[in-house]
Amino acid sequence: MPEAQYEFFIDPSRCIGCQSCVQACSECDTHKGQAMIHLEFVNRHYSTQTAPVVCMHCDSPTCAEVCPADAIKKTPDGVVQTARKPRCIACNNCVLACPFGVPKMNSGAELMMKCDMCYDRTSIGKAPMCASVCPSGALYYGTREQIEAQRPRSMPVNQFQFGQQTISTKVHMMVPRTAQPEHIDVLSAMHDHTSGHDIFLMMHDE
Amino acid sequence: MVKRHPVRKAVLWGCMTTISLAIMIAVGSRDLAHFDAALVAYTFATLFATFGITYRYTMWLQRPPTAMYWKRGWQMFFKPQRLLTNIRNLFTRTSSDFAANRFIWKRGKLRWLAHWFIMWGCIVAVAITFPLVFGWLHFASVPGSLDSYRAYLFGFALFDFPVDSIFAFLMFHGLVWSSFAVIFGVMLAMWRRMRDHGAASVQQFVEDILPLILLFAISVTGVMLTASYTWMRGYAFDFIAILHAITVIFTLLYMPFGKFFHIFQRPAQLGATFYKDAGATSEQAHCRRCGEAYSSRMHVEDLISVQKQLGFRYEVAGEVEHYQWICPPCRRAMFVLAQTKQWQGNFGDQMFSSMHEQPAAPRFGNPVISEGPLGHEDQANLHF
Repeated sequence: MPEAQYEFFIDPSRCIGCQSCVQACSECDTHKGQAMIHLEFVNRHYSTQTAPVVCMHCDSPTCAEVCPADAIKKTPDGVVQTARKPRCIACNNCVLACPFGVPKMNSGAELMMKCDMCYDRTSIGKAPMCASVCPSGALYYGTREQIEAQRPRSMPVNQFQFGQQTISTKVHMMVPRTAQPEHIDVLSAMHDHTSGHDIFLMMHDE
Repeated sequence: MVKRHPVRKAVLWGCMTTISLAIMIAVGSRDLAHFDAALVAYTFATLFATFGITYRYTMWLQRPPTAMYWKRGWQMFFKPQRLLTNIRNLFTRTSSDFAANRFIWKRGKLRWLAHWFIMWGCIVAVAITFPLVFGWLHFASVPGSLDSYRAYLFGFALFDFPVDSIFAFLMFHGLVWSSFAVIFGVMLAMWRRMRDHGAASVQQFVEDILPLILLFAISVTGVMLTASYTWMRGYAFDFIAILHAITVIFTLLYMPFGKFFHIFQRPAQLGATFYKDAGATSEQAHCRRCGEAYSSRMHVEDLISVQKQLGFRYEVAGEVEHYQWICPPCRRAMFVLAQTKQWQGNFGDQMFSSMHEQPAAPRFGNPVISEGPLGHEDQANLHF
């Protein structure tokens, strides 16, 4: 019997901003005490919409290509790993070049750090920490058959358009099946503020 | 258009450094008069390593991002208005980052302790063995005084010292002390790699374990040589000497290919710091979505140039011009909002898109619970 092919699916529209993924991520042994997932309020003043962003593990990772120290490596199964410690020179190129805005820079340690899809877990068939605790299914780790059965109105897409550049990724994003997009044009949201129902929180500026 | 031949250039530089070293060995040993023929295998392994390291280094420098940093690093260092500050910073950073390994301390105390002992053990060992093998350094009895030694460097007399002095004991056993330091460091490193779950999940045998085994093998066989002639009347000395030579030569041959190459890459860190220093005081790049500053304009423009050379096409029609002009937080927000757009109409959500001229930059939900920036650079990148 063939081994089950587990994949990572994200659906930010399901995110309820509960912070479970942040807490779980910070428990990972490879970056003890510090979360690599980004969970942000898109526009805190007007909406509760939150944006959970993990590394999308690009097929041709821009972060690795622009690394002058050749410190970012991809495993044979397509996981783009965090910077190799002996090589990273903390130049910040990867942080600025990642089209998804994922890597973080640890200044004191002179080291870029990012999500490596909990390689200690996913390489042996376990779900990443964030997906294992997400209560709303915004972060989901399972087989293609499982997600299709559970979410018949959605379909996964792994092509993203940034201007003239198309990036394909190992991680998939869920979009409505009725839309059938070939790719997601990220810059189509250039002037969008946030989404929600007509509830104005009117929080004070800091 | 000038045709580039990166491999030819790398071979040329490799040959030049190798031949230069061979000439320096011949000249420094006074036409091989002080060259120990028994050490010829070490010499040839070193010459091979020199070629391999130079070849890889030249190939590495020709990658577009490395070439950009190499050029910019020197430009920023020699900028007249920053030169004095840069020279001062060069000394402080060399002592704190390289001599004391401060940044490794920040990565982990045990990692730092292991690396510091291994590094200094290797530096002392290299400083002793390479000049001896090349015949640049040798010792001879002082004429007319059999209980004194004279040290010669490149054939020139340096100083005399008594054979039975503490100084002589410490110096002639320099490799023993360096072996102790390396063995201690290797044991700590192995202990960490066997117990730390984080290290265990990403380490690879060839990249992380083999170098430790090689350093351990060199150090133990080296100490065994001293033990053999000091306490065992030279028992199995020839066998141990061959074993030691095999471990050293294998390590020298492995140097250009494996983890030890980081020794030659690491100084690039200094270039990156000078580049960032210059960027911090120069014009800043402002995000063309939220308007906030997120990096130096120079860095963004250099990255655009590097990405074009690498074949990426992040050019955007209209006022944005290039995706690199969007800050990382806005990239994350747009990534999510683009998906929201796809779902619009399915759930009845509305997009608030005309409340401001410019969309606000996103903010972390709760930066105090381990999610916030990792340092001052992250604070700038993430607009904290």
